[in-house]
Amino acid sequence: MDWNLLITQLMNGLQMGLLLFLLAAGLTLIFGIMDFINLSHGSFYMIGAYFCGTVVAKTGSFLTGIALGLAGVFIIGALVEWFIARKLYRSDHLDHVLVTFGLILIFDTLVHMIWGASGMAIPLPAALNGQITLGSLELPTYRLLIIAAGLAVAGLLYVLVSKTRLGMLIRAGASNRTMIEALGVNINRLFLLVFALGAMLAGLAGMLIAPITEASIGMGNDIIIIAFVVVIVGGIGSVKGAFYAALILGLMDTLSRSYLDDLMKLFMSGEYAETAAPAISAMLVYILMAGVLAFKPQGLFPPAGAK
Amino acid sequence: MGAIMKWMPASLAGRVYLGLLLLLAIAPFIFQLIDQPFYLDLLSRALILAIAALSLNLILGFGGMVSLGHAAYIGIGAYSVGIASYYDYYDGWLHIALALGVSAVFALITGAISLRTKGVYFIMITMAFSQMVYFTFLSLEEYGADDGLVIYQRSEFPAWLSMESNTQLYYWIFGLLLLTLFFIHRLVHSRFGKVIIGSKFNETRMQSLGFNTYRYRLSCYVISAMICSLAGVLMGNFTGFISPDMIGWARSGELIFMVIIGGVSTLFGPLAGTLVFVLLEEFLSKLTVYWHLIFGVMLVLLVLYGKGGLDGLLKRGKQHD
Repeated sequence: MDWNLLITQLMNGLQMGLLLFLLAAGLTLIFGIMDFINLSHGSFYMIGAYFCGTVVAKTGSFLTGIALGLAGVFIIGALVEWFIARKLYRSDHLDHVLVTFGLILIFDTLVHMIWGASGMAIPLPAALNGQITLGSLELPTYRLLIIAAGLAVAGLLYVLVSKTRLGMLIRAGASNRTMIEALGVNINRLFLLVFALGAMLAGLAGMLIAPITEASIGMGNDIIIIAFVVVIVGGIGSVKGAFYAALILGLMDTLSRSYLDDLMKLFMSGEYAETAAPAISAMLVYILMAGVLAFKPQGLFPPAGAK
Repeated sequence: MGAIMKWMPASLAGRVYLGLLLLLAIAPFIFQLIDQPFYLDLLSRALILAIAALSLNLILGFGGMVSLGHAAYIGIGAYSVGIASYYDYYDGWLHIALALGVSAVFALITGAISLRTKGVYFIMITMAFSQMVYFTFLSLEEYGADDGLVIYQRSEFPAWLSMESNTQLYYWIFGLLLLTLFFIHRLVHSRFGKVIIGSKFNETRMQSLGFNTYRYRLSCYVISAMICSLAGVLMGNFTGFISPDMIGWARSGELIFMVIIGGVSTLFGPLAGTLVFVLLEEFLSKLTVYWHLIFGVMLVLLVLYGKGGLDGLLKRGKQHD
């Protein structure tokens, strides 16, 4: 067995898991607290990447790009909450799906109008572009940075959610929204903040991935579905659940893509395994979700006291 | 004159829909007269999607089961034609039987699991199952995988039922559309339909009345899937080319919009919605490359301010439920 390959794949899985977590954290809170299905959450991911890329192209500084990009996505998120989402918290899920699908179309087209149809590459500063060598192992610096950043944000979120007053309100909201409204909490401000923060986290994920894949129109539309799977598997409204589910899905997806065909060759013809394995590994995510929904519909880690 | 008046629907909406059906019945002649065969293509596609939207409305509108995976059944129907033709089986009845059989079995299994969940979980699990179908067809290299599969010949039927020419295919589609409308009308007004609608509003009450609502809902889900697979058979014949693209979750999303634009849980709403959807798509995309923007804005406004869809617009001011 090639151990270097295994470690590289584990790192890739971890990276994908953490990016998924950044997307899913906001999604699960918006879903859990406001009971709002936001399909257009992936648009924030895309907008973050384009904002960051534009600033980097102007200033040449990746860090400035991230900082200004985060602020930009926060504002966009707040605007969406203020003008659209807020009006729909009390309507049914179908309306959410429709409106946010409309928003996807709007954002995708706006990006097309502003930045053109082709993608936007974001150059990395030289310091991040190299490799770190550990023995015989070569790890790309930037991927390590993504993992470090992901873990740091996860830690920050943990502190925010479990140690601060805002976090207490967020947890209370995910468990029982009506009750905290009755207790006199200014719920509109809380919703606005959660929505914009969630958008910002999704934007951050987009900025982090863009130097590897480049920013492109519709880049959020595929990953958002996986992020929804993370939310469902983890338990709606649970940041902790989103964290574990994101790591499980990220590792499962990456590892199955590289090892499933070998595994399947053990008990079927090599030719069949080679063609079926990629499809099955792509399907695994959905099989996992269907399984969780069938046997534990509240998800693996539902928030305490959730209905 | 009196006899005609007796057949005239009393409401404005009813008259509009009757007029629409009559117009659809003579559409091929009109297009021939103005020498625009392209419009026949457009209308054929719209009506196929309308059958799919009608079937979705059966579970979504009347049954309250929001499925984000209905396009999978279009795929199953289309691939039934494609794969059978690939092995040189061109018999149309065989294609239809295959589509109905496979979709019924698949809907029975996935529906039995999905219907254990409610609300948003149901949306997600139906999406998950349709994605599995998507990736299955994506992996079948024998049948073209992501390149898709070309269907060289339309399904074969006895001469009087042939769908060889585009006009004949159009009347096939139109005929099935009428059948679907009639069937859904009868179904919704039957005892079965009342149980389905009752379970949407208050399942507990239906259960305490002694109905096994799970079985009713599952049957409804299977029926809807089978109708949708017929739309798939027509789609395969119409496009002559099938690919996993027909199945992705965004396609299922579009079907939901067609239902919503027209008006949920109304008989004709999905038909009107699909026509508007397809025509808008066609004409807006000719107007500007940025037509998605207009479309998105319309969707947002529709949900925020336009309750009840087109059907609601026609019936506005009148008391109905």
